Amino acid sequence: MTKADLVESIYEKIGFSKKESADIVEMIFDTMKDTLEKGEKIKISGFGNFVVRDKRPRMGRNPQTGQEIMISARRVLTFRPSQVLKQALNRDGLS
Amino acid sequence: MNKSELIEVIAEKSKIPKKRAEEAVNLVFDSMSQALVRGDRIEIRGFGSFVNREYESYTGRNPRTGESISVAPKKLPFFKVGKELKERVDGEEEASGTTSTSSAESSESSNY
Repeated sequence: MTKADLVESIYEKIGFSKKESADIVEMIFDTMKDTLEKGEKIKISGFGNFVVRDKRPRMGRNPQTGQEIMISARRVLTFRPSQVLKQALNRDGLS
Repeated sequence: MNKSELIEVIAEKSKIPKKRAEEAVNLVFDSMSQALVRGDRIEIRGFGSFVNREYESYTGRNPRTGESISVAPKKLPFFKVGKELKERVDGEEEASGTTSTSSAESSESSNY
């Protein structure tokens, strides 16, 4: 699934024009990116949370050469799926 | 930011009624959930990708009681942040950490 599929489903199911649908999808991800860039988290109920975390510097190793390198402090983005999404993924085939 | 705040921003920016913005935002996340339930991979350029990871059953322990419990096999969605967003989130570090960033990235990408 790509952005084009999301645009298509908005166009088909909600009745916006192709252009409007494309603009809305673009806007949703742009808004999310702007928010996360500011370090703010995003909570989408039923889907999951996008959380920005600060990582401290640490020593790492190049697995190819075994050489030790310093991994600098950085800010990373993690996704925590909601309980609802996790359950939906595991609904069939189990129990 | 939560979903209703996102809906408000979309309604304002695109000048569509809030109710319609709500339908669109809900549809986007519902479609994404359904794609993952079907086992589809989601790829949003500039943002990131979602793919299910399958975990086999294992014997775990209740950390509070120490009791052994068997954990059933499960699927979990895994998000890999896209290059553009990764760099934007980590904005301030760009100048100082270029060498270690690139080596960490190359070792990381070989895992996927």
